[in-house]
Amino acid sequence: MLCQICGKNPATVHFTEIHDNKMSEIHVCERCAEEKGLHATSKKQQFDIADLLVKMVDDTTTTEEERVGHVQCPRCGLLYSGFRETGRLGCAECYAAFQFQLRPLLRRIHGDTRHRGKHPAGDGEGASRFRQIQRLHDELQRAVEREEFERAATLRDEIRRLEEEARAGAEDKP
Amino acid sequence: MSAPLRPAGGFDELVAQPARWLSAEGPHADLVLSSRIRLARNLRSVPFTHRARDEQLQGVLMSVAAAAQRSPSFEGGLMLRMAELSPLDRQVLVERHLVSHELGDGARPRGIVVAPEERLSLMINEEDHLRLQAIAPGFQLAEAWAAADRADDELDQSLDFAFSEEIGYLTACPTNAGTGLRASVLIHLPALVLLDEIQRVLKSIMQVGLNVRGLYGEHSEVMGNLFQVSNQTTLGRSEHDAIEILERVTRQIVETEEQARERMLRDARVQIEDKVWRAYGTLRHCRTIHSREVINLCSAVRLGVALGLPGLCPLRVVNELLVLTQPAHLQRAHGGELTPAERNVYRAQLVRERLAAAEREMGQTP
Repeated sequence: MLCQICGKNPATVHFTEIHDNKMSEIHVCERCAEEKGLHATSKKQQFDIADLLVKMVDDTTTTEEERVGHVQCPRCGLLYSGFRETGRLGCAECYAAFQFQLRPLLRRIHGDTRHRGKHPAGDGEGASRFRQIQRLHDELQRAVEREEFERAATLRDEIRRLEEEARAGAEDKP
Repeated sequence: MSAPLRPAGGFDELVAQPARWLSAEGPHADLVLSSRIRLARNLRSVPFTHRARDEQLQGVLMSVAAAAQRSPSFEGGLMLRMAELSPLDRQVLVERHLVSHELGDGARPRGIVVAPEERLSLMINEEDHLRLQAIAPGFQLAEAWAAADRADDELDQSLDFAFSEEIGYLTACPTNAGTGLRASVLIHLPALVLLDEIQRVLKSIMQVGLNVRGLYGEHSEVMGNLFQVSNQTTLGRSEHDAIEILERVTRQIVETEEQARERMLRDARVQIEDKVWRAYGTLRHCRTIHSREVINLCSAVRLGVALGLPGLCPLRVVNELLVLTQPAHLQRAHGGELTPAERNVYRAQLVRERLAAAEREMGQTP
């Protein structure tokens, strides 16, 4: 979206104005906002705008934000926007459903995204299946790199089958 | 192997015995009250507690209790359902550090399994389905970890934990994902507070990525000079490494506090002894006392015991007072509700009696 004043620079500052019960939105670039004195008056608003700018730097546009908010966990139905509100995920499957959003978050929290600790004992059916899926994922990646597409297709089917099984197995249990 | 848990009637028995972590045994017990390991686990098949229906949480409660029943670590332990306890009894569990404030509300199907002497406990359906906790007296993180690790292995045999190869143990809040480990020590730092060096020390603790907060008191106010130091991150580091870092930092804190105590004694021995004995005298003879004052005076007495001033009560008695003088324990000991003013009078009586009993005991042992 371009600035509604100069029409040249991308609009990075957004205002919502309510006048006579009518809501209007103004989208402008930073320079025009400054020139026209379009800055919020109270401290609270200033903070919100600063917050908004930080989000821009994060390289997510408003529509991108909205799209991400609509990502949903197929198992428990939690929306990513719901997670953002409470800071709590809905179920174990959410970690897979929101993996692209969670990875940078986990990095910010922990400085890392990879578990290096204890594993459940290998005798659990779920644990060994998980490890098998992980191995197949690695193999799949190697197959794609080597352009062995037939093998990649077989691996992909095998991964799907195991993931289905994992899901069914999880639902069977009390 | 079957390890029968006792029925809920064991609550009185539980409360009658002080927890082992108050015993002041173990290395550096004069500075480090306790070492604690907590592991967060969830069942793969059930949504996390806040998104699960009550029937699902009932199921979790039953399968986790059954798993604990088979676990040798919990042999002779006690299973309690929060809904079956009175608000006062639930508060007693919070004061004993067995239950969090969240679990203490009793509104949803929640429970706790407690091993003998409260060495090990398992909160069920808190923020995560399982919160396993091992507490040891003094500075014994390795011992606490061994106990928690063993119990976790035993529970793992009958439960399917939510786990991914990449992220590790999956928890309701991403801040716990990975190892699900929170290792902490409860440490007494009166000399650093008195010499006004505590802020510098706390800052450097946080700079190495550990978390530190006052045990009692809200916001920046710290009561009793007791601090809880714990790891902050749970991904990217093994349990062993995380515990080792906390151990190393704790050893440094212990050393800094000991040096501060030496300096303090060298420069102001009489003033310190005076502060300790005045605190003891107040506790020994008070007629009405607020819990905040007990916590602060106990800190001074604890310092005196650690410095080896002769004639003071054993450290164990000071530790126990911190728990026994809290409102729910007080009211349970009294056998009914008390107004805050009545509590202060009854608290003073309890403190006097405890210290008098300790004096008699010391008189008997030459």
